[in-house]
Amino acid sequence: MRGKRPTNRLEFPHYSNILDSLLMAQYIFLTLAAISVLSALSMVLSKNPVHSVLFLILTFFAIAGQYILLNAQFLAVVHIIVYAGAIMVLFLFVLMLLNLSKEAEPQKSSVWKLSAAITAGMLLVTMVGALRGGIEVNIPATPNSQVGLVENLGKVLFTDFVVPFEIAGILFLAAMVGAVLVGKRDLRM
Amino acid sequence: MLEAIQTIPIDYYVYYATLLFVIGVFGVLVRKNAIVVLMCVELMLNAVNLLLAAFSTYLSDAQGQIMVFFIMVVAAAEAAVGLGILVMIYRNTKSTDISLLDNLRH
Repeated sequence: MRGKRPTNRLEFPHYSNILDSLLMAQYIFLTLAAISVLSALSMVLSKNPVHSVLFLILTFFAIAGQYILLNAQFLAVVHIIVYAGAIMVLFLFVLMLLNLSKEAEPQKSSVWKLSAAITAGMLLVTMVGALRGGIEVNIPATPNSQVGLVENLGKVLFTDFVVPFEIAGILFLAAMVGAVLVGKRDLRM
Repeated sequence: MLEAIQTIPIDYYVYYATLLFVIGVFGVLVRKNAIVVLMCVELMLNAVNLLLAAFSTYLSDAQGQIMVFFIMVVAAAEAAVGLGILVMIYRNTKSTDISLLDNLRH
């Protein structure tokens, strides 16, 4: 028995590594969830709209971390490019363009704020109460970890979802033309 | 990697996404600035996206993630057109206060 102790000592750290990595997923999930929820709340509650945009970008990065944790690498990359890279820059740009300051920020009355908080709280209670009965999904015992990779999603996107993909292109074109037309100062050339 | 994911019950993702969605609803109700209201709508879309991606991964079904991709496409188009409309509104009213936009009520 004494002769085997070195091998045991070699095996033990390996085992604890697996245990740590199992718990590590939960730690990462909870940390990212806390960051995103707190920064989402700060976004709603901060008076300055620029701070709101920055807190929302932090929320989006935490959600991108959740996608990476879910092994949805394509979604994580697209999420960062589209949301943090394009949409939030657009929001920030419009905010700077309109030159909205903290003083110009309209505020709702405290009665309205209280009723909004009560409404949102009741919505949360209702949704959680409806979900508490248990979510019955048959999760497969051996999940396919490759499902979120770029290769697999590309194959699905360009075989089963070709028509919606092309329609998305048309939608973007229509949105672009619409945004330009709406933003034009006078419609005559 | 995915075995580590399965130590997180799918219920956690459901409650987490619900919380983010409700924060978005609260923001839409409580804020008067139209830009921040649009941002709260984006937050609600993201809560739904996260839930779709979580179920897609847990069920090994790629269609959920494709759906997230299309939601992102529509969200980008919506943000562009919405912000264009907002700039137009600002030109006319010199404000982004949504409570000024009650012309249809009169």
